[in-house]
Amino acid sequence: MSGRPGSKAPLLAVSGIHKAFPGVLALDNVDFEVAAGEVVALVGENGAGKSTLMKILAGLHRPDAGEIRIDGQATSLASPLDALQRGIALIHQELNLCDNLTTSAAMFLGAELRRGPFLREREMAKVTSHWLARLGLEVDPAVMVSSLRLGQRQMLEIARALRADARVLIMDEPTSSLTQAEVARLFEVVRELRDAGVAIIYITHRLAEIEELADRCVGLRDGKNSGELARAEIDHNAMVQLMVGRDLQGDVRSPHQAGEVALRARSVRTAAFPDVAVDLTVRRGEVVGVAGLLGAGRSELLRAMFGVDRRLGGEVEVAGERLANGQPRQAVAAGAALLPEDRKAEGLVLSMTVRENLSLPTLRQRGVWIDDAYERDVTVQAVDQLGIACRDGEQEAGALSGGNQQKIVLGKWLAAEPVVLMLDEPTRGVDVGARAEIYRQLDALAAGGMAILFVSSELEEVLALADRVVVVREGAIVGEVSGDDRTEEQIMMMATGVAATSTGARTA
Amino acid sequence: MKKLLGIAGLLLVIAVITTLLSYDEGSDKYTFLSAYNLENLLRRVGMFGVLSIAAAFVIVTGGIDLSIGSVVCISGCVLPWLLNSCGVSGWLALPVVLLLCAGIGLWHGFLVVGLRLQPFVVTLCGLLLYRGLMRNFTGDQTMGFGDTGSGLRWLATGKIPIVEGFGLPAPLCVLAVVAVLTGLLWQRTVWGRHLFALGRNEEAARFAGVPTGRLTVLAYVACSLLAGLGGCLFVLDVNSAQASSFGNFYELYAIAGAVLGGVALRGGEGFVVGVVLGAALMQLLSNTINLVADSNQLEFAVVGAVILMGAAFDELVQRWLRFRGARRGS
Repeated sequence: MSGRPGSKAPLLAVSGIHKAFPGVLALDNVDFEVAAGEVVALVGENGAGKSTLMKILAGLHRPDAGEIRIDGQATSLASPLDALQRGIALIHQELNLCDNLTTSAAMFLGAELRRGPFLREREMAKVTSHWLARLGLEVDPAVMVSSLRLGQRQMLEIARALRADARVLIMDEPTSSLTQAEVARLFEVVRELRDAGVAIIYITHRLAEIEELADRCVGLRDGKNSGELARAEIDHNAMVQLMVGRDLQGDVRSPHQAGEVALRARSVRTAAFPDVAVDLTVRRGEVVGVAGLLGAGRSELLRAMFGVDRRLGGEVEVAGERLANGQPRQAVAAGAALLPEDRKAEGLVLSMTVRENLSLPTLRQRGVWIDDAYERDVTVQAVDQLGIACRDGEQEAGALSGGNQQKIVLGKWLAAEPVVLMLDEPTRGVDVGARAEIYRQLDALAAGGMAILFVSSELEEVLALADRVVVVREGAIVGEVSGDDRTEEQIMMMATGVAATSTGARTA
Repeated sequence: MKKLLGIAGLLLVIAVITTLLSYDEGSDKYTFLSAYNLENLLRRVGMFGVLSIAAAFVIVTGGIDLSIGSVVCISGCVLPWLLNSCGVSGWLALPVVLLLCAGIGLWHGFLVVGLRLQPFVVTLCGLLLYRGLMRNFTGDQTMGFGDTGSGLRWLATGKIPIVEGFGLPAPLCVLAVVAVLTGLLWQRTVWGRHLFALGRNEEAARFAGVPTGRLTVLAYVACSLLAGLGGCLFVLDVNSAQASSFGNFYELYAIAGAVLGGVALRGGEGFVVGVVLGAALMQLLSNTINLVADSNQLEFAVVGAVILMGAAFDELVQRWLRFRGARRGS
């Protein structure tokens, strides 16, 4: 591998890239470049072609036309291994590690140090320790990957790439499952790497991260370049412009009329925080947001109330009906619905069609035989109402983008006409356009008298959507804010337990 | 590791129970502990252990091989045929048979990796195909060694004397060699590392530059090769093979032994020691039934019940540990 170029010449550049998949032109004459010591953010809605472009850069796909240059030399990338050997590493959104291996085994997978066919475990452990320590990770190389937290796995992936001498690091949604502290550490590492001359391509839906981190921001829309922002020009609205070509209104709240109590929880205790009892009430027509740090017990609370996890104690009522412990079916019958955090694992059957998914929770009410007319109606209604972008109801749910999948999950529960709709991270991995659509829908549902309770890690989202914000720390409700003068700082202070010294004072 | 201790403990408990139940008043002796019974048991452990390691090779990759019993049938019929009808010498016939079985594994690997067929389907068809072909090939006649094969037969019936009246059966020594080599391969070599990685997350392994296809094929080759070796031991032990029944259901013994020994069906998990212990437990159970009950009619039922209880117990313990961990973690 040649030495690092001192000039600002692009380290990796592609131009005129075309890539078509059956039925779709994924990339249409796209140019992109990144120089050593630069952090370039790539933004675009789901389906805009970001992933395809990254997969081409990482050697997973080959372009139909166009040129790839590394250090100014035209080349082609035959495979992920080929790309890695030329110094380009992709860090997957869904972490790609074998969790049955030890940390040092995962670190060296595919490039083991060996003596003949035999592994040199001790040397590998030593090198692993060295790299992990450099990234600020205190982990024994003999520990199994399965026992690492997600943030630690992320660091391990980065360490893997650095160990392989990566000069270009592609990070796809690296913070989607990290805690606040881990995100901060990751940003430090990214900056250190940039200063050491590594080129970094950063993909995220969280625009605030780009404002904080990126030297340059490149937009993709419908498979084409949609523009570029220099460091000074990067701000939220400009990025949204690049992605959707129009401004999106952030705050969608319309005034809601809170009605009778729809959900009442009394001293509910969860397995995550067995000693903490939680009381919570949500009224019809009310949107309540649950804020808090990752691991504060927000999802656990939702899951325990709904009954997917057993409660250790306490009572839950939906529309006056008491819910039995650990019986989600009864909760559904009583009028509750839960949109789970992990859409792919718990929310959808990816291999079934849009129609089958939409009718799944309600079809049984129509008798033993499959009611074709009902399924058709539900599908047409949901597709119209939510603007699900699919070919037709017969398309596989797995083939749709994240935003559209989330709309299906929402749509299938709407068909059940719940009294209380609980949502866990409703817009994780969902692009800006579909996000606005989901916000509008939830707002309209509340206006129609539904009680909505949602958990979100994005304060922006909580503030945009909730009439009332409940803040959770270490399993307990530590505060509540409502009204229009609430701020992110207020919520953060409650969530982290820092005393509110000068509430409302914004720092620049 | 805990799992290994668990199964070793279970093995010990059942051995003790069997010893106590096998007390014979007439001779004031424990039948289970007689040299004859122990040698027999260990011989069977040796032979079935080789099959369980065979099954484990494929299960570790996340696949399955249902054709093991039929491959046993192939080698069981072809080995005597080569010796008796073709007059080939024993030390040439054995490698030929093993090569034939390795070829079958290569064929499975090609279908699974090259054509992307499901391992279940490929090997289920193999199960039917090979036994049917063998029955036709032998005309359903019993294949015996006659007066040939006497040298080879030591591999199955021989023993290495340890104390007066008791010797280690040769098949157990064969198993020991196979187990040590497999253990080295799994735990100490790059190939083993890659085999386990691809078994858990093939995508990740491929992305890391692991030749996943080639290794999966190799696993199928190792599996059928070891199944063939097992078949040779079985036929050398009983001296003849009948294609319609020889090796029937052995794939289930093999898979049950591997799974009982801690090889996870989802792939990427397992230790050779566990596989050997699992196979031993299976044989011990069948020995128990033979000693204690008047007939072996209940054998399958008891084996099934014990495995089921083991799995349920394991799951309940895991759940309890998780629950306790969750309470502690807060």
